[in-house]
Amino acid sequence: MQKAVIVENLSKNYFKKEAVKEISFTINENEILGLLGPNGCGKTTTIAMMLGLLKPSNGRVVIHGLDIEKNRISLLHKMNFISPYIELPKKLSVKENLIVYGKLYGVKFISDRIKYLSEKLRLEEFINKKTGELSSGQKNRVSLAKALINEPSILFLDEPTASLDPETGDFVRSFIEKISREKKMSILLASHNMDEVKRLCKNVLMMNNGVIIDKGTPDDLIKKHGKRNLEEVFLKLNRNNHELK
Amino acid sequence: MSLNRIIGLFLRHFFLIKSSLPRILDLIYWPTIQIILWGFISKFFTAYSDYYNNTVGVILTCAILYDFLFRSSISFNMLFLEEIWSRNFTNLFIAPMRISEIITALVGTALIRTLIGLVPAILITSPLFGISILNLGIPLFFLFLSLYIFGITLGLFVSSGLLRYGPAFENIAWSSLFLLAPLGCIYYPIEILPDFFQNVARGLPLVYIFEEARSILVNQVVNYSNIKNAFLLNAIYLFVGISLFYYSFSQARKKGSLINIGE
Repeated sequence: MQKAVIVENLSKNYFKKEAVKEISFTINENEILGLLGPNGCGKTTTIAMMLGLLKPSNGRVVIHGLDIEKNRISLLHKMNFISPYIELPKKLSVKENLIVYGKLYGVKFISDRIKYLSEKLRLEEFINKKTGELSSGQKNRVSLAKALINEPSILFLDEPTASLDPETGDFVRSFIEKISREKKMSILLASHNMDEVKRLCKNVLMMNNGVIIDKGTPDDLIKKHGKRNLEEVFLKLNRNNHELK
Repeated sequence: MSLNRIIGLFLRHFFLIKSSLPRILDLIYWPTIQIILWGFISKFFTAYSDYYNNTVGVILTCAILYDFLFRSSISFNMLFLEEIWSRNFTNLFIAPMRISEIITALVGTALIRTLIGLVPAILITSPLFGISILNLGIPLFFLFLSLYIFGITLGLFVSSGLLRYGPAFENIAWSSLFLLAPLGCIYYPIEILPDFFQNVARGLPLVYIFEEARSILVNQVVNYSNIKNAFLLNAIYLFVGISLFYYSFSQARKKGSLINIGE
């Protein structure tokens, strides 16, 4: 299978603090890889380095065979990202935001693309409403539309269903599942929702204190640690790590 | 450079302005108040000052020119601050935009914001005070251009600080121009300053710009060497400003200030 993303010995130090310590992993084409770990374990730092937002202290990120540090702009055309911690301008309407990002990503037929995403993500009823006036579920779908505006081949999803009601959460998960299959997208999913990770991800990385402490398929991890579900595995690994520290 | 991306960033701010009447009124309100206030002060000095005797509108013209500089710089900073306030900063930097495209888009957008604020203020000076800034003639274009370049350069310095230090640098954004105003010799000749400050002031393009405006209005003499000096200094500061912006971006990538920057 082709590797869409190769992360090699990636490290990030902030002064004397090591936020990420020599981690290595790959994401195959058409794979959803889960990234699990407690708050502050280095997930966001890892994603930021993969997006070229943060310069690694060591190691490298290779995307579609190209080093992100040397090909940042050309690779950003093929990637996108959503996170609950970043927002779209609230005073712009949904359509205006999508036009702006369509332009920034050099999308050729912006109107057609917006129409397609509006239908798929059910944005039509509020497409002309100001983004700041939307509910969190609606905002989440708009952010997803922005993340898909450039038809990325690699998508980074940081807690994509955080603070969503079960119905909207399920809609978003089904949409991610469908679109990754249809568009052969490679996705890195950072989430605290273990059911979501088990449902969507073929493989999972367990991260703590800046290192990958375990990896495998959700079922293998559950079996290996003798637990009933992924949440129990997560708790066991983090408690062990805490005691070791 | 991609025109499409430059237009994209321009549209982000254009949509913001056109959809909000209070925002447009806010852009117009302060320059208008400023010009009216200086109009009356100017009228008073014209009547009671020997230096300004028979020279209608020297102070008012300089006030308009200074406001143009102030608005250019603040407009540039505001565009950056808007991204921080709206927590859109990260989205912008994960889009495939080159730094040169960001600077170009902000330079164009800042000009439009500045003109929205200043054109109505300039238009009222004629019926209200019988003064037209156009009395400066063709050199007016060079003076405006020079001020605009310096305003943008200051904007670049402040935005570099915002990139590197985040919202904590916001107060500097507001105060940067007030710091330079006394040394800019906007309303008085450079000879008023103590010797040491005269030397410092000669390193700023502002001194030459306002000296030139007074020279035209008071003595009816166009001194192109002032304009040349202003452009020369502008070129140096602009080069430093752009270099600093690139350096700050690189530092922000090292220190992690591009992640989760916001209020």
